[in-house]
Amino acid sequence: MEWRETVRTAIDALNARRLRSALTMLGILIGISAVMLTVGLGQGAGSSISDQIGSLGSTTLTVSPGQTSSGGFRGASQTTTLTTRDAEMLADPTVTPSVVGVAATSSTMGSLQSSETTWTSTVVGTTPAWLTVRGREVGTGRFFTEDELNSSANVAVVGSETASELFSTGSAVGQQVLVNDQPFTIIGVLAEAGSSLGGSDDDTVVVPSTTFAERLSTSGSATSVSTIYLQAADDDSLSAAYQEVKTALLSAHQVTEEDADFTVSTQTALVEAASSISSILTLLLGGIAAISLLVGGIGVMNIMLVSVSERVREIGLRKALGATPRVIRRQFLVEAGILGLTGGALGVGLGYAVAAILSPAIGITVAISATVTLLALAVSLAIGLIAGVYPATRAAKLAPIDALRSE
Amino acid sequence: MSTLLSMSGVRKVYDTGAIQVEALRGIDLSIDEGDYVAIMGPSGSGKSTLMHIIGCLDVPTAGRYELDGEEVAQLSEAQLAEVRNRRLGFVFQSFNLLPSLTAQRNVELPLVYAGVHPAERRERAQRALERVGLGGRRDHRPGELSGGQQQRVSVARALVTDPALILADEPTGALDSVSTRDILDLFDELNEAGRTIVVITHEHDVAERAQRTVHIYDGHLTDEAAEIPALGRAV
Repeated sequence: MEWRETVRTAIDALNARRLRSALTMLGILIGISAVMLTVGLGQGAGSSISDQIGSLGSTTLTVSPGQTSSGGFRGASQTTTLTTRDAEMLADPTVTPSVVGVAATSSTMGSLQSSETTWTSTVVGTTPAWLTVRGREVGTGRFFTEDELNSSANVAVVGSETASELFSTGSAVGQQVLVNDQPFTIIGVLAEAGSSLGGSDDDTVVVPSTTFAERLSTSGSATSVSTIYLQAADDDSLSAAYQEVKTALLSAHQVTEEDADFTVSTQTALVEAASSISSILTLLLGGIAAISLLVGGIGVMNIMLVSVSERVREIGLRKALGATPRVIRRQFLVEAGILGLTGGALGVGLGYAVAAILSPAIGITVAISATVTLLALAVSLAIGLIAGVYPATRAAKLAPIDALRSE
Repeated sequence: MSTLLSMSGVRKVYDTGAIQVEALRGIDLSIDEGDYVAIMGPSGSGKSTLMHIIGCLDVPTAGRYELDGEEVAQLSEAQLAEVRNRRLGFVFQSFNLLPSLTAQRNVELPLVYAGVHPAERRERAQRALERVGLGGRRDHRPGELSGGQQQRVSVARALVTDPALILADEPTGALDSVSTRDILDLFDELNEAGRTIVVITHEHDVAERAQRTVHIYDGHLTDEAAEIPALGRAV
């Protein structure tokens, strides 16, 4: 008996019990689409995390005041144990040869007032090195210079979002803005960076640290800074830089590692933590989805068993007419396989549809690759076939007379 | 006339656990090509068991059975399936047509298992349906046909492989008198054309059509003398 005929007979048989076949497929359909969506979400989150590694710069080190438990996330600390002196020391190549750039930042929340509107944003005081250390670029205008830093100029560079909020029409460059009632001239707008783990990087105001200390600082101490960003020469010198920075600061602050009043962290550490959380979530959801697929497979087996006992006479007749046990087994295996594969194909379709709707809705790309699609189809076919083995073997073993006898 | 079917000392014992039921107690039977034989017997006589063994649906516990030159008593299930497919055509009391298939596809079924090419299959099935007078009902499903017509479809299905033997199990048991006569006339025609036919029945008017009647009682063949010479052919 040729394959074409086997498939045709199987489709006829499934067609004759349409509702039941559809319900059986539903089990596989839900399982497959759930698995595809979880894998897609996992891959989407994974790729957005690796995008962020790029955007943050894998060579960046961050020194923040206060101590945190290792590996954990930390919020903005109110302690002020880092100073501009620390930053100057870390910029010294004899102290930290692996560090090529240092930018100390202080920040505060600032209320901004333009000719049009008011807006609240993070105001950062820093040095011109900030731009390269943070891996940012200026979109329009320019960044402030060393001269402006030294002269405490009232100049500001704003993020693209801040610029468009403050000045809905026309360029922000050259405009005046009041920051906590202090007048500033906007000299540049930063290029878009997108949002990172810490929130939007496009809503910010960057001013010279000297100006910040004189006019905007609320901490009281002119020399305290909230974060020092450092840039290692390259990926390979990152861990060397980490050690150098740590050692230098420990001796400068005259503390031991146990009671260090600062934390040095790399962006990759943050990203790794985020990745591991996302992969644990993917694993968990994927496990649940796999269980639903297993249940779908049991459904196929169940319905195939029912089908075999209902069709005992048909099986007997087919055997009387010359069907060998092998042909009968293949017949039922193909039926189960078609149930699985069709359910899987519909599940893939549903997966794509839900991904298309979900991606913009939750703001995470659900990345369903061709490999995943093919794998999903293969898995659904395999589930159908595996679920079909036992019922098909039972059908093949039926003795033709017993089968014909049952009325 | 050469021998088509020969049985000697065929016994069949059903082991139902506690008791052993001996359904056939040593059957010797010989049927020649072109014969039209009726096997008669009351229920419980072993009639159905004999039919199953003749039809290669079951194998004897002991004894020899040769069909169309092949010893079939010891064949495997797959080999038996091939013998049924190539050498036998079945006509059942309850027709046993697949309700979801058209008459045409029901008749094609044995050819499907024989691995016949679709185009040839279609043509042969059409010819068989025309042979039983249902050439115009090819695309009807069994539910759209009368009982007599359904039984004709199953006769066409039995004919389509050009088998050595047509085995009919109570072929008129579910039919009214008109359809019964119809089917029996069809058997007569087929026999006249040279077909070997074995009919299992408990109805005398069915058995009367056969050239020869074999009686089975309590697992033994009895009174095999009732021969009706027909068409000048000595049995």
